[in-house]
This record gives sequence, C-alpha cells and structure tokens, in this order.
Amino acid sequence: MEPAIEVRDLSVAYGEHLALSNFSAHFPAQLLSAVVGPNGAGKSTLIKAILGLVPAFAGQVSLLGQDPKISRRQVAYVPQRSDLDWDFPATVLEVALMGSYRSLGWFRHPGKAQKDRAQAALAQVGMAELAPRPIGQLSGGQQQRVLLARALVQEAEIYILDEPFQGVDAPTERAIVSVLRGLKAAGKSVIAVHHDLYTVPSYFDYVVMVNRELVAEGPVAQAFTPENLKQAYGLAEVLA
Amino acid sequence: MSLDPTYLLISLGAVLIGALSGGLGSYALLRRESLLGDAVSHAALPGVVLGYLVAGRAPLFLLLGAGLTGWLAALAALGVSRNTRVKFDSALAIVLSAGFGLGVVLLGWIQNNPAAAQAGLNTFLFGQAALILREDLVVIAVAGAIFVTLIFLFWKELALAAFDPAYAATAGYPVRMLDAGFMAILVLAIVVGLQAVGVVLMSALVVAPAAAARQWVHTLTAMMPLAAGLGAAAGLLGAIWSTASGVPTGPAIVIVLGVIVLISLLLAPERGVLRRAR
Repeated sequence: MEPAIEVRDLSVAYGEHLALSNFSAHFPAQLLSAVVGPNGAGKSTLIKAILGLVPAFAGQVSLLGQDPKISRRQVAYVPQRSDLDWDFPATVLEVALMGSYRSLGWFRHPGKAQKDRAQAALAQVGMAELAPRPIGQLSGGQQQRVLLARALVQEAEIYILDEPFQGVDAPTERAIVSVLRGLKAAGKSVIAVHHDLYTVPSYFDYVVMVNRELVAEGPVAQAFTPENLKQAYGLAEVLA
Repeated sequence: MSLDPTYLLISLGAVLIGALSGGLGSYALLRRESLLGDAVSHAALPGVVLGYLVAGRAPLFLLLGAGLTGWLAALAALGVSRNTRVKFDSALAIVLSAGFGLGVVLLGWIQNNPAAAQAGLNTFLFGQAALILREDLVVIAVAGAIFVTLIFLFWKELALAAFDPAYAATAGYPVRMLDAGFMAILVLAIVVGLQAVGVVLMSALVVAPAAAARQWVHTLTAMMPLAAGLGAAAGLLGAIWSTASGVPTGPAIVIVLGVIVLISLLLAPERGVLRRAR
C-alpha cells in the first residue's frame, strides 16, 4: 500500500542552525506512528515541514503519494496546545467548528449540519456537555481534547498530532488513545510526536526515531530496541 | 444640550469613529498587535501633512496619506524584525519615533504657510472633534460600511487566522493574505479616528474598548459589537465634554475610556478583580 507520508532527503534550517539534515522516512498508511527523539532533535520541525509550516531548503514530501499542494487538505493537524492563546474569546463548540471551515468554503457560515458534526466530535472526545463553555475555562487535558475534536470534524485521511499527551490527565490520555485507535480502525493514518517512551509499544504500531537525522524507523517490535534508543538519546537518558 | 446641527454632526462623527475603531480594534487586541497600532498611528502624522500638500484639506486625501505612511511604518517594522537581529518591539519603537518626528517636523514647516495654518492640521496631534466636517463624516461612514461588510463576509477566516494561524495554513488558507487583511483593518481603524482623537492617543481608542469588552463576554461575536458600543460611548462622551469645555478631544475620550476599562477590570463577572477576590 502507498505510504501515508513519504519524506525524502529533507533538510530544514533555522538561520545557521540545522534542525534536520538529509532526513528520509515514511509513515505507513492506516497505522499509528510515533515520532520520538530527545529534546531539540527536530521532531516538531519534521511535522511542521511535512505540513508546509516551515520551509525545507532541500528534499521532498509527498502526502498520499501526491504533491502536498494537492493533498494537503487530506491532512488534519493538531498543534501543541501551548502554541495557542487560550484566552481567545471562543466557546468549545466554536473551536470544534473551525474544523468544518475549509469544506464550507469562503463566505458561508457554519449551519446545522456543521454544528451536528462538531457536537458529535466533541462527544467522541468526551466533551459533549462542555460545548457552550468558553475555552478560557478548560483544563489542559480538555484543551487538548477540543483540538482533537476540531481535527475529527475535518474528516481527513491523515492526522498529525504534536505531543498530544503532553501534560494531560489520565482520563484525557485514555480518551485520546481510544479516538486514535478508532481512526485506525476506520482506515485513517495517524502520526504523533510522542515523549513518553514507556507507552510507545502499547500505543503505537510504527516508530520513527529522530535526532537531526533518521536514527531508525520500522514497526515498533523491530525498531524500538535498546540499541536504537541508545543511539537516539545517548546512554544516560535511557538509563534515567 | 441643544440640538444644534453642529453638535449633532460632531456627536455623530465621534460615535462613528468610536464604534469603528473599537470594533476593528478587537482584532488588534486578539493578535497582540496593540503596540503595532501605536506605531501606525504615530507614523500616520507625516502622511496627514503629505495628504494636505497634495490635495489641500480634502478628507479622503488626508486619510489616504495617513493610511499610506501608517502602512509603510508597519511594513518597515515587520521588515526590520524579519531581516535583522533587531526584535519586533524595538523595531516598532524606532518606526514610531521616526515617523512621529518626521510628522512634527513637516507640521512645523507647513505652519509657515498661512493657508495651512488655517487648516488646523496641528489638531491631528491631540484631536479636535469640533473640527469634524460633513465630508469627514461621509468618508468615515463609507469606509465603515465597506469594512463591516468585509468583516462579515470573512468572519470565520479572520477568526480562525487570529486564533490559530498555523492550523489555518495547514487547512489551506492564504495566511499571508489574511495577515495583510488584518494589517489593513488595523490601519483603517486608526486613520478614521485621527481627526477626532489625534495621532498621539489614537491607539487607546483601538485597544481600550476591546480590552474592556473582553472582560464582560466570552465570544468574538459578542466582543466585537460590545467593543464598538463602548468605543461609540467613549467617543460621544469625550466629544461632548471636549466641545463644551474646549479641551482637546483625544485626551477627553481617553479619560472616558480609562474609566470604562477600570470599571470593567474591577467589576466584570468572572474576570473582574473584585468578583474574583470574593
């Protein structure tokens, strides 16, 4: 099967600093893939380059076997919640509705069909009753779930999440895992930047290890090995 | 107060100006571009003088001139911060003072011309609602109607790009174009009020109504009209006070705004300091 995402010889720099160098990897379709690596290894940079949010000075990305210009709309992005201003005046339902904007097109405002879809997505993440609440009153875990609901409303083929489990409570973590498994069962592809190495084998099927370059990639059973981790993180961090 | 037509004209002008800058200013506040607004308003001063040199005391040209140099100042600040190691706030401070300095020099120079001295351009420093002309009002009303329509048409795109520009980009929106749109909104919100409030204090009329409104409501759909209403109220009260007493309108409006913001900060439900202290 065609991979969901294929990255070839990608290099990204911020000024003089080389964040990713000659990076190649692929993310298989219809699986849950984790991007892991130490802090500053370029994990977020990798997904931002895939999404076209940061420019790559070399290399190519293809989404669903096509140029991202054509297939980018098949991708739903869940940013890190700390990237956003949660004091923005909006309700939970309004943020979820943002996932419907692109399919609505210009000039049209969301109607009943979009609201029903947003409400259903909020129910999927266990936030149905919180729909009218201002987003400024949400806990960290609830913020994360709203962003996931917004992505669900988009009804995309590929879901890309930047640290979805960062600083969330246990019920949120369970809710997110169950939604991601549901997406996989529905034939969608999921890519998540992930920090907690202990949960990689239980949550994910496929792993891509990054440390400025590709360290290893493959099914978790084959690639998620102590040797590869040592190479990605250095000895001290693995023991700690 | 009598229903003197001049009073009516001035009041209507102040209400329109307050409503338009207050409403449009919501975006400036949410995008944390308040300081950018201050730079744009100060840098609009040389544009006012240039507009006068080109076309005399024609309101449209004064606004176009103000908009042009205000816009250039915003672009200059963005350009400096993107292409040099100077940070954005420092770039803004530089552009603000350079633009304002140039404006004051031009203003001093043009005052030597008796006709120009008569035109009352120096009231653009602190504003004088009493000098609002019927033509000013027409220009403001037309510009306001156009922008209210555009904001209604692009409501969801502007809200999305203000809340989460990265997500908007991944959803395929032309975020650069939307950014340019925000900049145009900010510049317009500022130039319409220059006559009444003046370049020095104008950014207060853009930022303060939105900041006060945010205290009371939780959605953009409620915040924008409320900010427009608070701006209109401040414009009206400030203009009446200024016309009756002869103080410049800008300071009068800003003092009224200050009271509105203070009340909102203290008393608003949930967010107010006093409510939270209980």
